[in-house]
Amino acid sequence: MSTTVTPAPKKVNRIGLEVIQYKGSKTTLCAGCGHNSVSERIVECFYDLGIQPWSVAKFSGIGCSSKSPAYFLGLSHGFNSVHGRMPSVATGAMLANRTLLGLGVTGDGDTASIGLGQFMHLQRRNLPFIYIIENNGVYGLTKGQFSATADIGSKQKTGGVNEAPPFDLCALALQWGATFVARSFSGDKKQLQAILKAAISHKGLAVIDVISPCVTFNDHEGSTKSYTYVRDHEEAMHELDFVPSYEDIAVEIDEGTTREVTMHDGSKLLIKKLAADRYPGTKIEALTTLQEAETAGVVLTGVFYVEPEKDTLMDQLNMVDEPLGTLPESRVRPGQAVLDQVMEELR
Amino acid sequence: MSTSVLPTDSARAATLPPPVINDFCIQVATANGSGSQTSNNVMMRGIFQMGIPVSGKNMFPSNIQGLPTWFTIRASKHGYVGRKKEVDVLVAMNPETAKEDVAKLDAGAVVIYDEPLGLNQQRSDLHFYPVPYDKLVGPVCPEAKLRKLVRNMIYTGVVAWVLSIEMEEIHQALFRQFGAKKKKAAELNWGACQAGYDYAAKTFTKTDPFKVERMNATAGKIIVEGNQAAALGCVFAGVTVIGWYPITPSSSLIEYTIGFLKRFRNDPETGKATYAVVQAEDELAAVGMVLGAGWAGARSMTSSSGPGISLMSEFVGLGYYTEIPGVIFDVQRVGPSTGLPTRTAQGDLMSTALLSHGDKKHPMLIPSSPEECFEMAMAAFDLAERYQTPVFVMLDLDLGMNSWMADPFKYPTKPIDRGKVLSAADLDRLGGFARYKDVDGDGVGYRTLAGTPHSQAAYFTRGSGHNEKAQYSEREEDYVNNMDRLTHKFEHMRGALPAPAVDIRQGAKIGLVAVGTSDYAIGESRDQLRAEHGIETSYLRLKAYPFSDELRKFIADHDRVYVIEQNRDGQLLGLMKLDYTGEEISKLRSIRYYGGLPLDARTVTADLIRQEGK
Repeated sequence: MSTTVTPAPKKVNRIGLEVIQYKGSKTTLCAGCGHNSVSERIVECFYDLGIQPWSVAKFSGIGCSSKSPAYFLGLSHGFNSVHGRMPSVATGAMLANRTLLGLGVTGDGDTASIGLGQFMHLQRRNLPFIYIIENNGVYGLTKGQFSATADIGSKQKTGGVNEAPPFDLCALALQWGATFVARSFSGDKKQLQAILKAAISHKGLAVIDVISPCVTFNDHEGSTKSYTYVRDHEEAMHELDFVPSYEDIAVEIDEGTTREVTMHDGSKLLIKKLAADRYPGTKIEALTTLQEAETAGVVLTGVFYVEPEKDTLMDQLNMVDEPLGTLPESRVRPGQAVLDQVMEELR
Repeated sequence: MSTSVLPTDSARAATLPPPVINDFCIQVATANGSGSQTSNNVMMRGIFQMGIPVSGKNMFPSNIQGLPTWFTIRASKHGYVGRKKEVDVLVAMNPETAKEDVAKLDAGAVVIYDEPLGLNQQRSDLHFYPVPYDKLVGPVCPEAKLRKLVRNMIYTGVVAWVLSIEMEEIHQALFRQFGAKKKKAAELNWGACQAGYDYAAKTFTKTDPFKVERMNATAGKIIVEGNQAAALGCVFAGVTVIGWYPITPSSSLIEYTIGFLKRFRNDPETGKATYAVVQAEDELAAVGMVLGAGWAGARSMTSSSGPGISLMSEFVGLGYYTEIPGVIFDVQRVGPSTGLPTRTAQGDLMSTALLSHGDKKHPMLIPSSPEECFEMAMAAFDLAERYQTPVFVMLDLDLGMNSWMADPFKYPTKPIDRGKVLSAADLDRLGGFARYKDVDGDGVGYRTLAGTPHSQAAYFTRGSGHNEKAQYSEREEDYVNNMDRLTHKFEHMRGALPAPAVDIRQGAKIGLVAVGTSDYAIGESRDQLRAEHGIETSYLRLKAYPFSDELRKFIADHDRVYVIEQNRDGQLLGLMKLDYTGEEISKLRSIRYYGGLPLDARTVTADLIRQEGK
């Protein structure tokens, strides 16, 4: 007597890969660190959307957040660069191979202080790139100094009080030209997933400021970036759903409560209103909303602004479609006649 | 009518100095922004077209308009194109500096000056030719606002008469300079030039000895700036990504590159660019882009000067340690700090070789001529990819921004070397790879590019400690093994770099060692030493760091070796000392110039003679 045991089919995504193929090495961050949740959301989103891991390039600067690209998408090339200067490295790499899907993970120290200049110019160029800021208000790796996103009055673990006003990275991104600006919370799984998926579908630069608490140095009473504080003060602007372009689903939306934003690749971001009419609108509206939230002491999350079709750096440079880095010699070294012509001009 | 204060016509025949043919230096003193560049170039080209070796050097202030600037044109039948200290013909257009300029001249020099300045009152041992520019410019240039510019073309005509530069050649040079599109402007300027010539012919009697005579030493040659040559090298190297930030004297290298790329590197079918050039927010971002692009497979480059190179320091250490190709041009100027931004130096040799914190060494290619700028630009890209490391090309302001006579550049004979890059098919065959493993014994591992469609292609690049497999590691042996492999890689590079130019003279006890543009002064100085002091010298010009083993032999073969360089601290000598033993070091002597002007032969000769105790 024999029985054939058929193992349960492995669960795979639309390109036949398992979720494990989207994971990275084991995290070395503290247990409970918000950054680990962000890494998990990245794994889920890239798996869900069936993105080929080797078409992705990961970038980071220096800091706890910047370590995290080792902890997701292990089949993707990664580049952990220097403090605050990840945007330039990513820009170079994306210019070398415009077919890559670029994903950057950085922190508030990396972005809001040492790398502020590069963060600004990245937006000015509208590089096709996902820029995730894991924002916890402190320098974790150097043991708990305030960062430039720490709120006035927020307390350090050792008792120090922050006196300097914070940068609102979303408000700044809006002014500097980002074409997709969102804020989320590492503890809000569903919202962060929807935002990440929309960011993956975005043509230009997507800036996502994720409040991601530091359990070791900034999760105490008196901190405005602790889990407790953020849970108590978070207000989601709207409910988000993402419908990828390859899903042939006719979505019926209630026009009274829901709006849809069509992304460059045809995917749809469905935005359902909650308490107030807070849809992504003009930059001025977004800035006003952010200002009101700050005044009210609310940690407002959601998608503030989307400009799906704005020209990217590659459009501005009128680049060929293929990766520049691997163009054959015949296309990058002009012939003898060209040299002869220039020599003749110099005679 | 002779306006010279030297002997009158009747006495002239007896006292006229013997003619000095094709061997003089013209200096044009103007104010910055007065538009004299065209006049100077036309003069220089006119001499060049007559077959006489010529070089042009612009000594300009860090300023856009109004400060003094000097352009020197040296004609030399011997082919000496380095700076000559003594000025033979002064064209004094700048009232602010005229008195000082005249005071500095050696007896017997020529002064062509604006008549109202009355410079002939200052000295009696010079040949003066006063020109009433304001009177001459009116009739040839009815439009008053153009007169300031056109005025300068008058002196070109005067100089042509004084030195016997053929007006047909001036005409050709002038129309070439303006190009087909600016024919009207060319005609206006030609009128001014002729007015100057006619005035001189009608008014002056030549009393000075300087003149040009046709030679045949420039046939087939080109005139080109070093930055222009390097730019062309980048284009033929197949550069694809450029991140840059403007800085004198480097900007024109990138601007020339952009110009060539636009002309020659847009896809013929789609018109789209096979390159990307981004003007970055600063030099940090510029080199960051270079590394990101090099990492992802582009032939990437940037160009800067001392201050910018200093800013790149941290990133260059990352490039060294993560082993990413990239080409960085350093067109050196006088530092530290802002220093003299428009003057030349070889002051970044030491800091660039050792740029960044921790243990590191970087290869440098050091061209001395436009031909080498072109060739080394191409070589730098091959080396960067072959050895997976940032490679520096060290020009200086003199080479980069001045006009040089050169042989036409040779089309590359070898295909582009993209180094060790594994494809998906390679990975199938190999079943994986270790990024930092020395498989071939040259210290260079194999790499993959992001986007390679293979599940084993990915690795993680990090500036933190890593093992052969590019995994994070703080283990002592992993760190040491990696650093030792990097040393081995650097040593291996020695043999792959351009070999030095060596000229050994039989019986010479003295050896000279130099890099870059010091070459011109040294060639001339060696002739002076031989002719004036009976000293024969051998000469080795290094073209790269790490230094060739030939240098060690050269030191061994000579009693005394003078290291000649354009900085205060003897940086080239310092780098040599890092490589050599006490016995070798004891033979080394140092000749240094750091005044910001191109090195001249007299300075070298005088210092060497002083040190030789003669």
